[in-house]
Amino acid sequence: MTYRLVVNGEPAEVGVPGMRRLLDVLREDLGLTGTKEGCGEGECGACTVLVDGEVVVSCLVPVCQVDGSVVRTVEGLAVAGGSALAPLQAAFLEAGGAQCGICTPGMLMAADAFLAAGAEPTDDAIRGAIAGNLCRCTGYTKIVDAIRLAAERRQAGAGAA
Amino acid sequence: MTIQAPAGRPAAPTPGHATPLPLRREGPAKLTGQALYTDDLVFPGAWYGATIRSTVPHARLLAIELDPAFDWGRVAVVTADDIAGRNVVASIAEDQPILVPVGGEIRHQAEPVVLLAAADRDTLREARRLVSLRTEPLPPVFDPLASTVVFAHHALVKGDVEAALAADGVVVVEATYRVGHQEQLYIENNAMIAIPRGDGGMTVHGSLQCPFYVHRALRTGLGLDDAHAQVVQAETGGGFGGKEEYPSMIALHAALLARRTGRPVRMIYDRHEDLAATTKRHPAVIRHRTGVRRDGTIVAQDIELVLDGGAYTTLTPVVLSRATIHAGGPYDVPNVRIRSRAVATNTPPNGAFRGFGAPQAEFAAEMQVGRCAEAIGMSPLEIRRRNAYRAAGVTPTGQVLHDDAAALEVLERAAEASEFDWVRARTAAERAGRGPRARTARGIGLALGWHGAGFTGSGEAKMGSVASIELTGDGRIRILTASTEMGQGTKTIFPQLVAAELGVDPDDVEMAPQDTSLVPDSGPTVASRTAMVVGGLLVHAARRLKADVEGRTGRPFELSWRDDARDHGPTRIDERFSPYPGRSFDDATYSGDAYPAFGWAAAVAEVEVDLDTAEVTVLSVVAVDDVGRAIHPVLCEGQVEGGTLQAVGYATIEEIKLVDGRYLNDRLQTYLIPTSLDAPRIETILVEAPFEDAPHGAKGVGELPMDVGAPAVVAAIHDATGAWIDDLPASPERIIAALAGIAPPGPPGMSTVSAP
Repeated sequence: MTYRLVVNGEPAEVGVPGMRRLLDVLREDLGLTGTKEGCGEGECGACTVLVDGEVVVSCLVPVCQVDGSVVRTVEGLAVAGGSALAPLQAAFLEAGGAQCGICTPGMLMAADAFLAAGAEPTDDAIRGAIAGNLCRCTGYTKIVDAIRLAAERRQAGAGAA
Repeated sequence: MTIQAPAGRPAAPTPGHATPLPLRREGPAKLTGQALYTDDLVFPGAWYGATIRSTVPHARLLAIELDPAFDWGRVAVVTADDIAGRNVVASIAEDQPILVPVGGEIRHQAEPVVLLAAADRDTLREARRLVSLRTEPLPPVFDPLASTVVFAHHALVKGDVEAALAADGVVVVEATYRVGHQEQLYIENNAMIAIPRGDGGMTVHGSLQCPFYVHRALRTGLGLDDAHAQVVQAETGGGFGGKEEYPSMIALHAALLARRTGRPVRMIYDRHEDLAATTKRHPAVIRHRTGVRRDGTIVAQDIELVLDGGAYTTLTPVVLSRATIHAGGPYDVPNVRIRSRAVATNTPPNGAFRGFGAPQAEFAAEMQVGRCAEAIGMSPLEIRRRNAYRAAGVTPTGQVLHDDAAALEVLERAAEASEFDWVRARTAAERAGRGPRARTARGIGLALGWHGAGFTGSGEAKMGSVASIELTGDGRIRILTASTEMGQGTKTIFPQLVAAELGVDPDDVEMAPQDTSLVPDSGPTVASRTAMVVGGLLVHAARRLKADVEGRTGRPFELSWRDDARDHGPTRIDERFSPYPGRSFDDATYSGDAYPAFGWAAAVAEVEVDLDTAEVTVLSVVAVDDVGRAIHPVLCEGQVEGGTLQAVGYATIEEIKLVDGRYLNDRLQTYLIPTSLDAPRIETILVEAPFEDAPHGAKGVGELPMDVGAPAVVAAIHDATGAWIDDLPASPERIIAALAGIAPPGPPGMSTVSAP
């Protein structure tokens, strides 16, 4: 079966069984290894991507369910043709939000959806937005700091514009 | 975040403090998805490997049976008969086989017996189901107190404990504490890929902490010389001790299959296998008998500590050593007796996990100090003030502490930042006025801890680690060490330290990859030793390089290194560890300087306990850690925050349950770790009481916060409810049992036996 997706703005076509996990399609068929597998059962959130703007764990999504969808992965976050970090990524780098980095791609996608939704970046709201993404390194403190920093910069930028 | 110079000590400039701080070196690669972890590496033609494990805790292996209906020509099968070298996973003792041979003894569930590889996952999955093991059961041992197989034991004696306990005016407090397993739960599972080489050698790429441990294991198991075994660290998604020893086993398995197939073989564990088979924190049973006078002076500690090592020795003797030395906590007590042993049970081997025996021992020590305070009607803060080590204090191994003994400083900072006395008075008033309709209870708890920096005893002297700096012929400055980056910041602080010595920008200093064919053996990345020991070697090496270059050019290094490289060619400095002056340990008498220095930590936790469900919410933790020198405060704080949350998980929810020696909750749906919603607000205060013999003053930070978080949380549960919880984790079941005055659920970490 052939499935058509738009991945990070680029059209992609894969001929694979319909029950193949979106995670495997991304990592193995499209070579986008930025999305990670941590548990394979939807508990850790390392494989989080955005499908039509929604946060999903790609290890639980068969590719047949996302035929025709727009998928965003960590590889699609950088700006200026991929040459510069997006403000969210820069905030993670400055605040110390990434340590071992294995949860980072999924964490960034959950955070990106949170920023896009434009909610008030309170501590509770941020923690709720990343509650499905486990991190074992940071105690979440600096991840929350990074997302708040990115949200505040975004609001300041929007205010100035 | 605050960094505070300890009281009474001038604030010295911190070597390596650049303004602004360098950003995480490999951060951009991690943030864009470009960083390559083991499972991201592509080797064309690679096969997939799998491990067939025992499913019984103790048995004789009679036969390995392959279903004759299957076409085994499509699959590579490796058994113990195919091992060219010695069938041992090289470690402290050589008791653990790479694969159990037919006729051999299976000592735990999940013990590797057969290896399979196939070109695709479907074939592999099918083949796995068609291998069966014929075994003859042997009686298993699950109770560590009943085990007669002793891996190691110690006895530390100072003064006369029995006389002190019997003296007039001494209140004797007794209790037994039990802690269970804890899983490291790095989010990247263990993973190794072995690539056979044309010259008969083997290259392994993998997720690991200690390249030269794996290197030695490959040499031993495959019968290779140094040059024919090569180990390369891939980007590593967390370790916490869990990738200290088991990677040797997985690398051997991948390499045996690679040798058999002549192809690269990928051995990538899924979460279930990683949880079921790899090492955990040791369960422990710790009995305390403490004598305390009414004025708060602790006069005697009698401690008996038993660690459950699981089925094989692994690193257990060293874990026991650290547990033993830390067992009394950071208190200067004149009469101490610590008797300890580590024993075998028929459960998967336990191993390294952040803290390495100290968190178990210090949980018990801190709960016991809290009990003593209650017994004499003193505040938990005051009893610690009275007994905490000061400079010139003498530890049970006879180590005399130096001026950097910062126990009181971290204690006072934590008490002040958390408003401990004020909050505790409030929680006491709430408790006193609590009616039967109260649904929640708040409490505050305090813990004080210490953590020996670097290897225990003569470990560093024996290891003789080497770290190198190279000025290449084309004018690049390159650091060569085996110290791995697994998120803690090695790749950022090493260039930062070297650049500060050389007067160059950190970006001018490169890091060579952690590849055993390129870098010297600077020891394993464990024991909070990377910043202190290897970082210290690099500072010395940088000073020598600078002197060499400036001696030749007559100009400052930062202005002349490129010219020097062009005119004089490459310069390489190899700096080998030599013991810190005046510090020595005698293994025979188990006495002397057990560690070059100690780091000191205090934590204050506030909790809310649901009085209906006994569920605990940890609201906040103030963590104060003396790290000697905070080379990179942002990364340093990250270590404290992460370690603190692991300790909160250890205190409240992380538990492995076993039946017949098998872990029951061997999936992420059932082994829970804290999420962002479970995590308390963590306030970190870094204290800098420098280690005078390290050129940069650093003592290490990785493990320190792990020692104090759990006892602080459980003390807070006691403050909220009045119940003492002696077993970890302080689960709702245990809290309810304590409140109801009934027997708690079975001891943590000990397997039950299924009904026949």
